[in-house]
Amino acid sequence: MALKLAFIFFSMILVNNYVLVKFLGICPFLGVSGKLNSAVGMSAAVIFVMVLASAVTWPVYTYFLVPNGLEYLNNIGFILIIAVLVQLVEIVLRKFIPPLYKSLGIYLPLITTNCAVLAVTILNIETPSLVDPTAPYYTFPEALLCAAGAGVGFGVAMVLFSGVRRTLDKAQSQVGKSFAGLPLTLVAASITSLSFMGFGGLLENLFGISA
Amino acid sequence: MNKKKVSNLKVFTNGFLKENPVLRLVLGTCPTLAVTTVLFNGIGMGIAATFVLICSNVVISALRKVIPSQVRLPCFIVVIASFVTLVQMLIKAYVPALNESLGVFLPLITVNCIILGRAEMFASKNTVGASALDGLGMGLGFTIVITLMSFVRELLGSGTLTLMPGNDALTFQILPEAVAPMSILALPPGGFFVFGVFMAIAYFIERRRGKDPEKEACAGCPSAAGCAAKGACETNGA
Repeated sequence: MALKLAFIFFSMILVNNYVLVKFLGICPFLGVSGKLNSAVGMSAAVIFVMVLASAVTWPVYTYFLVPNGLEYLNNIGFILIIAVLVQLVEIVLRKFIPPLYKSLGIYLPLITTNCAVLAVTILNIETPSLVDPTAPYYTFPEALLCAAGAGVGFGVAMVLFSGVRRTLDKAQSQVGKSFAGLPLTLVAASITSLSFMGFGGLLENLFGISA
Repeated sequence: MNKKKVSNLKVFTNGFLKENPVLRLVLGTCPTLAVTTVLFNGIGMGIAATFVLICSNVVISALRKVIPSQVRLPCFIVVIASFVTLVQMLIKAYVPALNESLGVFLPLITVNCIILGRAEMFASKNTVGASALDGLGMGLGFTIVITLMSFVRELLGSGTLTLMPGNDALTFQILPEAVAPMSILALPPGGFFVFGVFMAIAYFIERRRGKDPEKEACAGCPSAAGCAAKGACETNGA
């Protein structure tokens, strides 16, 4: 079981990287990756909110929506839970841990509308479970690890790409005028994403699990 | 009266190029990159998002005097999420193939920044009629770009054009079998690459029309108003 959980965690980071392979959370990836500090801050906030959101939405879905036949409300319910959680975390951090609020707090409002967070909560209740074949979807530990892996994967992509962008800034003045700025950044993202394609099949062989 | 007509037309056409949500405001990038591997997906996603955009714009604009400004974002999100759920049910019932191929990106229309962004920047300040027009224009702008992108990616990446998966009469083999398709374009790296090229073309056209595309960092961001990280985002900054 531990092996399967580890498989889920690492596959979310390398093979199914949310940013570079699944295209979730592209806005902060392009917007906040300019400086290493902000990339790390944003990633930490995303990891935290993803795990927290999954820890709340999974029980709400399993113990409240499903028994009452309200599965179709998952979309509205989840986005509200995320919005409320982000607000709550912001208030708690500002009141009790001001230094952390100073470094993470400014990224929190950007997270409510981050599609990666909503996506991980929805995928948790849609992906077939690896550990328990009788479960209709991910079990609770799987959901938490999947969220953590997705968050860490987001962080890895952000940090790697902020390094790429530092070098890229020197090239911005040397390309055609139309390509300078965001278009060139996107082409660089394409090459970064290409390097992640190399991880395909790696984990299946490493862990001996066919997903 | 005449003057009003002109401004309505302007509201409608704004979304095509000048303020194209994808290429100029850089909103809704996730679905643009993710679902554009097949033409069918691009068209379906465009229509679904346009429908949600028009409906939510109309409702939010009609309620703009009732919604207190402190809690407007959660209110907007609930309105949008309701329409997304509606669209999701309709698509599941009538076009199950689209539901299959869009996957998680169908419910994710809820957090498509184009819709929340237009609610915040336009619908909450303008009349119902203008908001509906704005929704239609922006939606069409999004649909055009996403359709063109999926056209390029499918044609060069797989050599086919699919209007309906599983239906041979509506799936066309365009490139001859002997020509090996550039399958990298249908994979994730190709998404970033084609998007970059499209954006460069949009910059080029704007410049040819004598307008220097201004560098806007937070202009298109729906969270800009309450965002303390102003300046940390450098979407367009070189």
